[in-house]
Amino acid sequence: MNIERPLTQHLRPDGSPRFLREYVATGGYRSLQRFGTELAPKDVQRLVGESGLRGRGGGGFPTGTKWSFVPMGPDAPKPKYIVANGDEMEPGTFKDRVLMEGDPHGLIEGMILAGYALDAEVGYIFLRGEYHLSAQRLNQAIAEAYAEGYLGKPLPGTTFRFDLHLHSSAGRYICGEETALINALEGKRAVPRAKPPFPQTVGLWGQPTIVQNVETLYNIPHIINHGVEWYHRLSLTKDGGTKIYGISGRVTNPGWWELPLGTTARELLERHGGGMADGVRFRGLLPGGISTSFVIEEHLDLPLDFSSFPPDVGRLGTGTMIILDDQTCPVGFVLNLEKFFARESCGWCTPCREGLPWVAKLLMAFEEGRATSDDLSLLEMHTKWLAPGHTFCGLAPGAMAPLQSALKYFREDFERHITIGGCPWSKKSAQQRVLV
Amino acid sequence: MLTEIERRELEDAVKHYPEKRGAAIDALLTVQRHRGWISDESLLDIAQFLEITAEDLDSIATFYNLVFRKPVGRHVAFVCDSISCWIKGCEQVQEQIKNLYDVDLGQTTSDGRLTVLPIACLGHCERAPAMMIDQDVYGEVAPEKMKNIMDKYI
Repeated sequence: MNIERPLTQHLRPDGSPRFLREYVATGGYRSLQRFGTELAPKDVQRLVGESGLRGRGGGGFPTGTKWSFVPMGPDAPKPKYIVANGDEMEPGTFKDRVLMEGDPHGLIEGMILAGYALDAEVGYIFLRGEYHLSAQRLNQAIAEAYAEGYLGKPLPGTTFRFDLHLHSSAGRYICGEETALINALEGKRAVPRAKPPFPQTVGLWGQPTIVQNVETLYNIPHIINHGVEWYHRLSLTKDGGTKIYGISGRVTNPGWWELPLGTTARELLERHGGGMADGVRFRGLLPGGISTSFVIEEHLDLPLDFSSFPPDVGRLGTGTMIILDDQTCPVGFVLNLEKFFARESCGWCTPCREGLPWVAKLLMAFEEGRATSDDLSLLEMHTKWLAPGHTFCGLAPGAMAPLQSALKYFREDFERHITIGGCPWSKKSAQQRVLV
Repeated sequence: MLTEIERRELEDAVKHYPEKRGAAIDALLTVQRHRGWISDESLLDIAQFLEITAEDLDSIATFYNLVFRKPVGRHVAFVCDSISCWIKGCEQVQEQIKNLYDVDLGQTTSDGRLTVLPIACLGHCERAPAMMIDQDVYGEVAPEKMKNIMDKYI
């Protein structure tokens, strides 16, 4: 089997969509024809489990393990739900958009397979409100799939039928948190829910619910069609498959690439991203969205996957990296992140609601030359006050990851703001940011 | 009062959920598409349709930033201010809009044609800085290109 980029091999370079006819012509929906004795629900479950597929939304949780918590059998609650998390609002992340815009049917097939495996008869695609083009194309694809009988009718050889709805959201980053997403889908404020119970047993309207990132779902048809061994061979490390990696920031060639899971940051940056843009030098990067820790030069040869990052270095996250260059102030960079988190906090729990604006104000004091060494300690205390276990969900602990690592790797820059009473980058930053 | 078209669209939206209130966000966005924003009157119309209280619905409407509880201009420009766009100069983009149309983030021009709002990462980071006008996304929006882009709308 010589398919190296299963998720993106058929995407058109100009980004225009492939609809039903073309999707089917390249093997799309073929997996559904094997439903029944040749491919039973438990076979889909087993293959996904053995493939080692891990959640591509940033968490890296093994999909097969997640599925194993869903109650099965005749006594299991009905209905059960499959939700595609297309609330792609993680700054620096644009991989799900590429897939949904270019190949909308791949998501539908992935969701039907997940539904079949778990006997879940209803699906929702939870799409961020700003993805209008994805919404148009998904709506057209859903209509085609209904007309063709892939949705809304028992599939040949089975009694299983799957219904699918698109929900366009109305903003707010917190909707990407799976329990907040469930509240949003129920027509409520998107505040996270207490866990346990986990959505796999008590989710949407109290029913068993699987929430899965878009890219993760796109992997499933390929695992079913080509098998577990093939899937493992795609990857360079023990996590199976490929990953859609991306780069933004001041590099020669920002963009996205589907590559074997375990590709190093150095290869991504130098070979695919074309290295740093003219006149700027590399200082660090966030490997996957802004809830990940900075990594620096010495980490560039780490495989970008879900199991190779030592805990004190951080984690992969979404795999779409954001580059910090030497013409950009690391304090200003982190201030931008913390302002984002403060604005996007749902306000439900106190440490997050109060702590994040405090952090943003402290960083502002550095940029404006009002900071003292006490402020540096205060920032450090916040990384402990807002650490995992102190807040209701992962938003605030995620916000502390880039801050804590910036204090570790770029401490001299924070100190320099105090000693010179302002931002060393401020004069030239305005002009140069435009030029590059 | 909901118009006939609004009512029909809301009835379609409700079909996607096991209970009416599930469609609360779809309903707010649908009515907003017709009326530009969600006034107190619109809120009451929708709440009545969904069989929930207006207070309940307002707690939802005020949570989501793409639901407008104040009037907005004929066009809305959303300027991405997240990190990849910040690195590439989104602050200069905001400044240029202010220079051209005398309008700050969160404000509407005096002729009611344009509202400018900040927006979380639009997912077009490889073409930063990005902005969205109504439903159209623009990448690599250098300040000097701003006038050309905006001229299509105002």
